[in-house]
Amino acid sequence: MGLAKLNNLYREVILDHSDHPHHKGQLAVDDVSNEITLKNPTCGDVINLEIKLSTDDIIENIGFTGDGCTISQSSASMMTDAVLGKSKDDALKMAKTFSDMVMGKQHAQADLDELDDAAILSSIVSFPARIKCATLAWWALQRALLNQNESGKDNVKSS
Amino acid sequence: MDTKVINVQADFPILNQQVNDERLVYLDNAATAQKPLVVTESLDKFYHTDNANVHRGVHTLAERATAAYEAARSKVKNFINANEAAEVIFTKGTTDGLNMLASTYGEQNIHEGDEIVISIMEHHSNLIPWQQLAIRKHATLKYIGLTAEGELDLVDAAAKITNRTKIVSIAHASNVMGTINPIKELANLAHEVGAIIIVDGAQAIPHIAVDVQKLDVDFYAFSGHKMMGPTGIGVLYGKHELLDQMNPYQFGGEMIDFVYQQKSTWTQLPWKFEAGTQNIAGAIGLGTAVDYLTDIGMESVAQHEQQIVDYLLPKLVADDAIEVYGPKNPQKHSGVIAFNLKGIHPHDLATALDMEGVAVRAGHHCAQPLMEYLGVVATARASFYLYNTKEDVDSFLNALTETKEFFNHGTSKAK
Ligand SMILES: Cc1ncc(COP(=O)(O)O)c(C=O)c1O
Repeated sequence: MGLAKLNNLYREVILDHSDHPHHKGQLAVDDVSNEITLKNPTCGDVINLEIKLSTDDIIENIGFTGDGCTISQSSASMMTDAVLGKSKDDALKMAKTFSDMVMGKQHAQADLDELDDAAILSSIVSFPARIKCATLAWWALQRALLNQNESGKDNVKSS
Repeated sequence: MDTKVINVQADFPILNQQVNDERLVYLDNAATAQKPLVVTESLDKFYHTDNANVHRGVHTLAERATAAYEAARSKVKNFINANEAAEVIFTKGTTDGLNMLASTYGEQNIHEGDEIVISIMEHHSNLIPWQQLAIRKHATLKYIGLTAEGELDLVDAAAKITNRTKIVSIAHASNVMGTINPIKELANLAHEVGAIIIVDGAQAIPHIAVDVQKLDVDFYAFSGHKMMGPTGIGVLYGKHELLDQMNPYQFGGEMIDFVYQQKSTWTQLPWKFEAGTQNIAGAIGLGTAVDYLTDIGMESVAQHEQQIVDYLLPKLVADDAIEVYGPKNPQKHSGVIAFNLKGIHPHDLATALDMEGVAVRAGHHCAQPLMEYLGVVATARASFYLYNTKEDVDSFLNALTETKEFFNHGTSKAK
């Protein structure tokens, strides 16, 4: 049956994360140091990501809200697991590894291991229409950490 | 369901293939339609035997190309029953035609305090041009709402269209709700207050007979690719006297009468609005698609699609796990069916159906204000055309059942 192929994408881990997403919810207002709302314009999926960065740039807390498909929700859940407790620089490096990975670029196994569960989304390569669903959360992470707005420009501080 | 009304699968080689090891069932016709052999052959013939620029040369090929291009215009004129071929302007598509109107008619006629009335079910291409025009001109953009059944609310329309209204612009058929809007009534409401009516015909013209004079519309825009013509070609119909008053949209070759160093004069309709080398082959291909549809007959096309809806819609509506948007009565529903499987995001659904060879659309369908109005983020959409069969509908229904099972009892429960 045709749907057998779906098992390659909708692995148990992925379905688990989407059924019971980790770090779903908002942080306390005073804790939020970096924040962004990002949309996938092709489908209307939305993610709002909030991060608490410590003074020495460690991700001390992270939370997301929003709507989306199984892939975007589980990717967000796996992303938050992977970067919590990491330094800003390491998290940015992981975001780069992740977007390379889903585009099918090679990476050292050690880099992929860093991604934890999120590495399982490498299977998205064979579902090109869904790559954006997987990357939305990681783009949000990158933009939030770099203090960029939705279109990737530096945020104007005065606002 | 009697599928003998139309039996044309053999004309569409693309349909005869496997996708993900399954028979292709193409149900994304509202996005774009497949092309019959005669259309692609007409493109080949043009490029292989007649290719030249039009209205420019005196040589034989130029004459043939010009004749074919203008013949295509006449075919379109007859197809929509325009009064004259000069009222048929070739564009890139619906979006291009509507933007042209906002930049010409809209720019000239909308002033501060005027009102533009559209509906909440508009596609972004019949929404953003008016929204931006309203912003530029300090005019007001108003939206006609829907009835509980999901149809355009004519009572609301009568209230929204006022003496300040200058433009009413409405889709003939919705690309989400599966409704055909009462254009004639809306035209009357618009004309009573001295406004013009513009119609986005993208989802209507491929499926039902359209007579622009009977509908009494001022402008009617549509795309070739949704009616089995090539991409990159479309039509803007306009009443002669209105087109005449409009400034040109773009300037350049073909659209001029005389050019002096400091001023220019414009040529007559329709060429005034066709600056630069046009999509000549595209227009010819569209003419062939018009012939193809005319041979089959738009009544038969509509009847065939109605049979599909009569067979499919009640099954979807009866299924508790499925939410259908738009009217539940098949007689009021076109072959565009937006729906959701409860608990399954439409993206996941579309991927699953694709694994079964069934191509549907998932997303906001370029109608974000409508999605918000309906209170959904996105929907799946199956849309049918004259080459779809009962077998296609059955494959679709089976794939839906399997998808439900996969997400409800599949790997997800093996925790
Ligand atoms: C109702 C409606 N209007 C306008 C358009 C835009 O057509 P095009 O992209 O061919 O310009 C579409 C196509 O998606 C449509 O469905």
